[in-house]
Amino acid sequence: MRKVTLEINGKKVEKEVQDNTLLSTFLRDHLNLTGTHIGCDTSQCGACVVHVNGNSLKSCTALAADIDGSKVTTIEGLATNGKMHPMQEAFKKLHGLQCGFCTPGMVMSAVDLLQKNKKPSDTEIRDWLEGNICRCTGYQNIVAAVKEAATKM
Amino acid sequence: MASLVGSRVERKEDKRFLTGKGRYTSDINLANQTYAIFVRSPHARAQIKKLDISKAQKSSGVVSILTGSEIAEDKIGGLIAGWAIRSEDGTEMKCPANPPLAKDIVNFVGDPVAVVIAESLEEAKVAAEKVSVDYKVLKAVTSTADAMDGDTIHEGIDKNLCFDWLLGDRQKVKEAFEKADKVISIDIINNRLIPNAMEPRACLADYNSASEEITLYTTSQNPHLSRLIMSAFGNVSPEHKLRVVAPDVGGGFGSKINVYNEDIVCSWAAKKINRAIKWVAERSESFLTDIHGRDHVTHAELAVTNDGKFLGFKNETIANLGAYARVFGTVTPTYLFGPCATGVYEIPAAYSNVKAVFTNTAPVDAYRGAGRPEATYTIERLVEKASMELGIDKTELRMKNFPTAFPFKQTLVHTVDSGDYVAGMEKAKQMADYNGYEARRKDSESRGKLRGIGVSSYFEACGIAPSAAVMSLGCGVGLWESAEVRFNPTGQVTVYTGSHSHGQSHQTTFAQIAADELGVPIENIDIVHGDTDKGTFGMGTYGSRSLTVGGIAIVNACKKIVEKGKRVTAKMLEASPEDVEFKDGEFIVAKSNKKKTIGEIAFACYLPGVRDEMKSPLPEGEEPGLKETAFFDPSNFSFPAGTHIAEVEIDPETGEVKLEKYTACDDFGRIINPMIVEGQVHGGLAQGIGQALYENAEYDETGQLMTGSYMDYTMPRADNFPEFNIGYTCTHATTNPLGVKGCGEAGAIAAPPTVMNAVIDALGGQEITMPATAEKVWKACKNLKKSNSKAA
Repeated sequence: MRKVTLEINGKKVEKEVQDNTLLSTFLRDHLNLTGTHIGCDTSQCGACVVHVNGNSLKSCTALAADIDGSKVTTIEGLATNGKMHPMQEAFKKLHGLQCGFCTPGMVMSAVDLLQKNKKPSDTEIRDWLEGNICRCTGYQNIVAAVKEAATKM
Repeated sequence: MASLVGSRVERKEDKRFLTGKGRYTSDINLANQTYAIFVRSPHARAQIKKLDISKAQKSSGVVSILTGSEIAEDKIGGLIAGWAIRSEDGTEMKCPANPPLAKDIVNFVGDPVAVVIAESLEEAKVAAEKVSVDYKVLKAVTSTADAMDGDTIHEGIDKNLCFDWLLGDRQKVKEAFEKADKVISIDIINNRLIPNAMEPRACLADYNSASEEITLYTTSQNPHLSRLIMSAFGNVSPEHKLRVVAPDVGGGFGSKINVYNEDIVCSWAAKKINRAIKWVAERSESFLTDIHGRDHVTHAELAVTNDGKFLGFKNETIANLGAYARVFGTVTPTYLFGPCATGVYEIPAAYSNVKAVFTNTAPVDAYRGAGRPEATYTIERLVEKASMELGIDKTELRMKNFPTAFPFKQTLVHTVDSGDYVAGMEKAKQMADYNGYEARRKDSESRGKLRGIGVSSYFEACGIAPSAAVMSLGCGVGLWESAEVRFNPTGQVTVYTGSHSHGQSHQTTFAQIAADELGVPIENIDIVHGDTDKGTFGMGTYGSRSLTVGGIAIVNACKKIVEKGKRVTAKMLEASPEDVEFKDGEFIVAKSNKKKTIGEIAFACYLPGVRDEMKSPLPEGEEPGLKETAFFDPSNFSFPAGTHIAEVEIDPETGEVKLEKYTACDDFGRIINPMIVEGQVHGGLAQGIGQALYENAEYDETGQLMTGSYMDYTMPRADNFPEFNIGYTCTHATTNPLGVKGCGEAGAIAAPPTVMNAVIDALGGQEITMPATAEKVWKACKNLKKSNSKAA
């Protein structure tokens, strides 16, 4: 067990964790931030993507203890003052989600793409999202939503 | 008031999913809950000689360990097949018992033998490792094609044959084939798939010892049906003491229709230990134990004339059921498959013969399309081959055999109420620039690439009905749907539906329908589903039935509300009910300016009186309140149809197949929300194209699943697809008042033959099996080169 101090969605969090607690487990089970989803056990699906110090990360690939002192943003922290982020709005407007399970990871990943590439092409969007699996949408409306968000961010 | 039906209304459910406020089963935790880990067989077929839990019981945090012996002692029932199928010789199908925990014999890798319940997940995992099982490994049967020659898996089931089913007339087919100029024949495999809903299965069972009620939160597409099965067959609890809640469910695609071992075991065990038990599948468990889909081996023939008229069709199919027959396991390769075998064509004689076999693999059941993709793949590959062999354009050959009038009475079972297949074909050709294909092919050729174009026309039969018909064919339940429409006294509406949304957008589509029927703003309408304690018994969501069956139940319940509203208005405004009209939320007395809003009527129904006066707004004998229930049992299936066209480009040096263009032109009847229908088409296409190019579940000869993770099973990703080109034609369904047809499965049905026809076209007609991986295609390219050089 060790103590970690993190800034999660703008709030300071201090917790005792075991050395082997994954960030995804920490968020879900210790902080009840269940918007971060776990869809696989091989770090392939991307449902658990969050931002750590501004960069997207599959939270099942990091140990909570390893990122002590970091700033973490989860899907719950993306809206500001109750107003959804332009990426969330675009997903809603263009039907970029169906069952909603992959959505938090997909949105967090897409937000990071636009931080790094303000006007990505369709091909660049599809390449970037290669690490996020969606079984419902066929990705077309996700790509459209990312393009729409790019015009608003 | 503008009609909402037909509009791109944004989804009511989205905000919670987009802000992390969705509530899936694994998100729910109860005070003092325990954690379950299932001990599963590592062998495909083995006898359990000894199961020793003594070491595990001493492990830290263990609350209880239960095995097949306790299940048997408590007379907990097993998992069941929902349809009884009869063989051609009149005998009933043969199915083995499928206990929730295996006691004597295991039949597939992942078959559970014990459950370990502990205070924490980690402790449960550690203890599960200490459960010692002594297995006598037996020879496994894994091949679909050879299953009938393998060792007998289940005692008393000879040749591992569940049934040998026939639909159609062998003699008529024989005569038709004798008249043929040519017989086109094909041997095809419909590859085994794993549904892979992104949310792994999970359940959380709770027990209240005072009320003696079990509450089961579970990842189900049909909570009421699950409760019925668990109660009537599982013997877990009487129905009124079992509440099943399927909250937000992260995709189903058929894989969450079944009641699974874990649902029964956790519910039963929660009562036994008097504590809540939580179980969440790891993805590797999902791969092993979720139902799989498809897995057919088929020989089919089409009898044709030289000028391209189809005279007869037959298929001989072996369908793999896996280790056990589950809810839709036996109907998927029979009544969901055979009746669609002749596709969209007038074929005077046909039969479909299916031998369903048991193997030591995960149970095979309904996966998006269920039977109809297999049927469509068979006929559309045959027709494409016929076009090559006859030298008739693939679109012309199809149109030549389309029905010319509707209703279209098909050879085998269905009478298709409406459609216009020629219009669909012509629109698809125009959308895909079919006539400009040759120029694109030459362009590919100039770059050293092989280009192919594939077409398929499909129809499908969804929204299975009516109940009397399906029950006569062996279905264990009726396939109607329920709806309950409740007004609050202050005018908002709650609609309870027996169907279930796990991505299908019912909260939006159904609210659009109710808003139009009742003239109530959509924001004042809530759709409730997924909890057996809320709303009426319902059948759930599968087979593209929610709108065509469940949506119509909502319409009918709303109509009852309006009828009552007219009676109350008549009383209140001293008119005759026949003179009251309802429009846009207002009850208006004809030829007067007297009217009441539906909100005022709701208020009056709940508060039926006034101060200082003995006066009721309700007519004599009318009950207070404003709430109506309707059950809808359609008179027939619904029959969406369409034509899809794909173009692929193959790099002969690498074998890589690039899907260049995909055009889908579908007829779903009236469309309630075009945005949502587009989403359904896109998703279905992705799964269908996935089957054709990427996905394959493979067992080795010992029954080990070789494709048991996302490292080994190719899930389609964003960069695997082009932008789909989607369009519609529209003929209204005549069997429901909205004129709607199902849209959820079309993409998964039409895409595999469309894409494979394109790949095989590019390969000069060489047959290859799905998925068309780079390795297979590269080899075919080499053959093509050889035969071309020989010809030269």
